[in-house]
Amino acid sequence: MAIIETTNLTKKFEKMIAVDNLNLKIEEGEIFGLLGPNGAGKTTTLLMLVTLKPPTSGTATINGFDFIKQADKVRKSIGIVFQDPSSDEILTGYENLKLHGWLYDMPNDLREQRIKEVLELVELTDRKNDRVKKYSGGMRRRLELARGLMHHPKILFLDEPTLGLDPQSREHIWKYIEKLAKEKKMTIIITTHYMDEADKLCNRLAIIDKGKIAVLGSPTQLKKGLGGDIIRLKAKTLDIEALKTLPYVKEIKSCDGEVCLTLEDASTHLQEILKLVGKIDSVEIRSPTLDDVFLHYTGRALREGTPEGSWAQKMMNASVKK
Amino acid sequence: MSELKGIYALWYRETKVFLRERSRVISSIINPLLWLLIIGGGLGSAVSFSGINYQTFIYPGILIQTALFSSVFFGVYIVWDKKIDFMKEVLVAPLRRTSILLGKILGGSTDTLLQILILFTIGFVFLIGGWLPGLQLTVFSVLVSLAFLLMTTMGLVSVGLIIGSQMESPEGFQLIMSFLVFPLFFLSGALFPITNLPEWLAPFIFVNPVTYAVDGIRGVLLGISQFSLLFDFALVTLFSLMMILIGTYAFKKMKV
Repeated sequence: MAIIETTNLTKKFEKMIAVDNLNLKIEEGEIFGLLGPNGAGKTTTLLMLVTLKPPTSGTATINGFDFIKQADKVRKSIGIVFQDPSSDEILTGYENLKLHGWLYDMPNDLREQRIKEVLELVELTDRKNDRVKKYSGGMRRRLELARGLMHHPKILFLDEPTLGLDPQSREHIWKYIEKLAKEKKMTIIITTHYMDEADKLCNRLAIIDKGKIAVLGSPTQLKKGLGGDIIRLKAKTLDIEALKTLPYVKEIKSCDGEVCLTLEDASTHLQEILKLVGKIDSVEIRSPTLDDVFLHYTGRALREGTPEGSWAQKMMNASVKK
Repeated sequence: MSELKGIYALWYRETKVFLRERSRVISSIINPLLWLLIIGGGLGSAVSFSGINYQTFIYPGILIQTALFSSVFFGVYIVWDKKIDFMKEVLVAPLRRTSILLGKILGGSTDTLLQILILFTIGFVFLIGGWLPGLQLTVFSVLVSLAFLLMTTMGLVSVGLIIGSQMESPEGFQLIMSFLVFPLFFLSGALFPITNLPEWLAPFIFVNPVTYAVDGIRGVLLGISQFSLLFDFALVTLFSLMMILIGTYAFKKMKV
């Protein structure tokens, strides 16, 4: 049985449908990604699954419990790291974790042991007695990740887990996420707009666009599904009609003023293609990325800035306002 | 057990934060002192009621004023928790909404009572210095006052929480000040006796629950009161219980 299953999950706001009849099945122990651009409905989906936002219609079961009628049991089964800062900045890192231990009714010894464990993991042990106010954005993020893991939930939700982190911290957090999934058999749901993150971490992912699943599968499957390699050509004039006559070219698309061809065994056919199109400025051959997958299924590019009001940005605004 | 631990966690957070924000503690003391010294001292040179100097007369009123301002604002402050997502962390924990409310109420009441204790200390010093003649500060009167103040505070924190839990952004703070906190204060008889009131004014004063808190505390600290101590306490208790009940409902409806 799937550990998370949604049936026609829908959330409407006044004028728009944020999540549109979402049907998802997530298996125990997998790292599942919700990949999509800004406002695609990822966070809204997540907030509904963690019982914080009521759906407009549809149902979901989490760890076998109905997410509305048995919200309390659902809450006991999950942990979540929010996209926005949710620690108290006047308290120290250690105090924030202790508070979490109390809120989740952890026995004292276990709580202290886990605090030690997670602090080491996110490398905040020597800063644990500093107030969160003095942490950098990345440190605060790490602390909140540590907090989400502390009670070893069966299902861990991560809303843009590495947003605003430096490459080193990202790698570190990725490693730990993989370790948790493997060793603790934790099911992990990640929302992200970073395709490299989704590609590296997720066993399966759903590309979400405008509240709907555009496509779902493992990263490898999705990339293979495009049908081979991609050749990107840049030229002043290109004979596109001629390219269309080639039997092995599966798809021709213009992207950012250049032309992208999808085909198998690009390297063997390259010479013929170049001969056909005449003088070009540049050429690039590569394997498809999730970005290409996204472009293919939605007709738009994914990497358009950070999500609206990134975690760090919002935090800065918040502190200014205060 | 788990609920108690959760309540304790929330109480711990509120108290820690309060004690660390020195500026909040200090400003919460300065304001009542200004009232007592300037309004009390200024008017006191000309006004006295039932043979009690005006400065002494408003001392119980100032205690209530502190409780009123600090507890309502504590409650409304929950808007800020919602803004920075701290509230989400709490709401997603396996804890009843009622427990979250209780933790908040206890936290807010502790903050307020700590300020009140400082004011009692100041009152004691002033009494010895001869600035508050007629003030009856005994163990009994202080304990009864504290019981009144605790009860009032719990009700008022709930009022703040009810409003705060339904508010989307902190922009409405000023409105609450003008339309709730100040009227509750001015209409409570904190600054004047509630005998021989103009006819139009009397109903407003007598529907205000804060009036009974002021009357009760003034009765026990100065020996001037309009109603019996028991009656005052019963009304204040009723008010607080009602507010806590409505608060439970408001928290269940709270959106994040």
